[in-house]
Amino acid sequence: MEKNNLKAWLYLLPAILFLGVFMVYPLIDVFVYSFEEGYNSASQTFFGIGTYNYSYVLRDPYFLQALKNTFILVIITVPLSTGIALLISLGLSSIQKVREWYQTIFFLPYVTNTLAVGLVFMILFKKTPYSDGLMNLLLGLFGVSPIDFMDGPYWAKMFVLCFYTVWVVMPFKILILTSALASVNEDYYKAAKVDGTSAFRTFGRITLPMISPMLFYLIITGFIGAFKAYSDAVALFGTNLNAAEMNTIVGYIYDMLYGNSGGYPSYASAAAIILFVIVLTITCINLLLSKKYVHY
Amino acid sequence: MKSLTDYEKIGRNKRRRQAAGKTVTYVLLSLWAVIVLFPFYWMILCSVKSYSAYNSEYIPKFFTLSPTFQNYVDAFTAVPLAKYFANTIIFTLATTALMLVVIVLAAFAFARLEFKGKNLLFTLFLALMMIPNELVIITNFVTITNWDMRNTFMGLILPSVTSVFYIYLLKENFEQVPEELYKAAKVDGTSDLKYLCKVLLPICKPTVTTITILKVIECWNSYVWPRLITDDENYFLVSNGIQEIRENGFGRENIPAMMAAVVVISVPLIILFLIFHKKIMEGVSRGGTKG
Repeated sequence: MEKNNLKAWLYLLPAILFLGVFMVYPLIDVFVYSFEEGYNSASQTFFGIGTYNYSYVLRDPYFLQALKNTFILVIITVPLSTGIALLISLGLSSIQKVREWYQTIFFLPYVTNTLAVGLVFMILFKKTPYSDGLMNLLLGLFGVSPIDFMDGPYWAKMFVLCFYTVWVVMPFKILILTSALASVNEDYYKAAKVDGTSAFRTFGRITLPMISPMLFYLIITGFIGAFKAYSDAVALFGTNLNAAEMNTIVGYIYDMLYGNSGGYPSYASAAAIILFVIVLTITCINLLLSKKYVHY
Repeated sequence: MKSLTDYEKIGRNKRRRQAAGKTVTYVLLSLWAVIVLFPFYWMILCSVKSYSAYNSEYIPKFFTLSPTFQNYVDAFTAVPLAKYFANTIIFTLATTALMLVVIVLAAFAFARLEFKGKNLLFTLFLALMMIPNELVIITNFVTITNWDMRNTFMGLILPSVTSVFYIYLLKENFEQVPEELYKAAKVDGTSDLKYLCKVLLPICKPTVTTITILKVIECWNSYVWPRLITDDENYFLVSNGIQEIRENGFGRENIPAMMAAVVVISVPLIILFLIFHKKIMEGVSRGGTKG
């Protein structure tokens, strides 16, 4: 038994080492950083302990901009993507022919490089002196005058960001919802059919309750994912997100850490903890709501 | 007689309604398929248009009659795309291989070995799954910088070689293998390591494959950590490479060449997906996360 003990720890040693150095220690350290005032990364010294970093971050206009952007992004994309994914999954589960083809195509964005495909979206929306871009051409068909989506008004840029975010997160949601729909017991539907229940009522009384755990899982992970949005924005607007007014909270953290405005791990830590608290709060609210509405 | 025609009418109406519903469903699904596929079509299309042709089209054309591969040549000669590619392959292979070793050993210990504090340790591991990357990346950045590992492969690889989630997934799978096999191996005097390699891993190959593919995708697309830890072009991965190309490469916004680079970067994963799409989709629905 003694020998086995030792051996087990030996097997676990690499995992424990890596997790200890790159997860547990940083987790403690980030709190320490966030309370060290005036930390200097070159000399690794600081003046004192306090909450100055938090108040600095919360007063920083760039952070407030990032906060606003992130919240708008979350509020728009989470319901929208979940709703469309539900519609598409319902459509998918009602057909038999070429269903697998559709499923495979819909999953494609999951495996693509966000940065690379973001460039394509940028080109589709961009208005240059040489060309109005494809999107404007399309909008022109409906009589809309060309809009500069990439360098123009705030709402236009936000629209592109939301559009791309939805495009990116859709494959995962469609996949999860399709398999949730497929796992609903056929007998319920047969019983409803015998009773002559309308399709609408069948959906509300059978389908929705049966898939509600998965739906809620998607909403929770969707919120978490959207709050951490960053590379989508970089893909569309470049690394200088502050100049484009399109920064996100995570983007702000990285900007504080590195790059032209970087070198402030304390501010970055404070911002990261603020983000963590926001995400935790939203997740708790979601979980409380799910107790009320979800059938397990 | 009258009632019969009524039934016929009802039946016909119903069939007609169903057919209409089917058509609407197919149209909507196809519409989404077009939205998904169009960016891919557009990047390929733009990548084979010549620079002058692209820039002279005020209204972009949906096809080209004179495709050129000059952009692909440019993509590899004007910017070190091949270098980014090689870096990404090294990074992906090394990270995935190292991770497999680490998680297989850990999962085996949790699944088959008995030791003090096992349950407590496993609970701690699970708790770590909830820690967002953004929270730990700051200290990791400082750690790697202090170790003088910026712009090295070690610095790129080390923080991403463990995944609690994959340990959990593999442990569950290991436990499904009948324990009698383990006991039989013990009676035969087979060592644990040999049992692990010769019996457990072959049986659990599907899960290991899924984990490998998911990790490869993750590595290929990783952007944030490589961006923080490298500022030397010689260590850029494709994501950083494409960002660099966009901001400094090619000059004068050579979109067709940029698109050629995008195609080159996207192709390996798309091929991987086309081969393994069943496995990938199954693996992701078992607990992958993104977005």
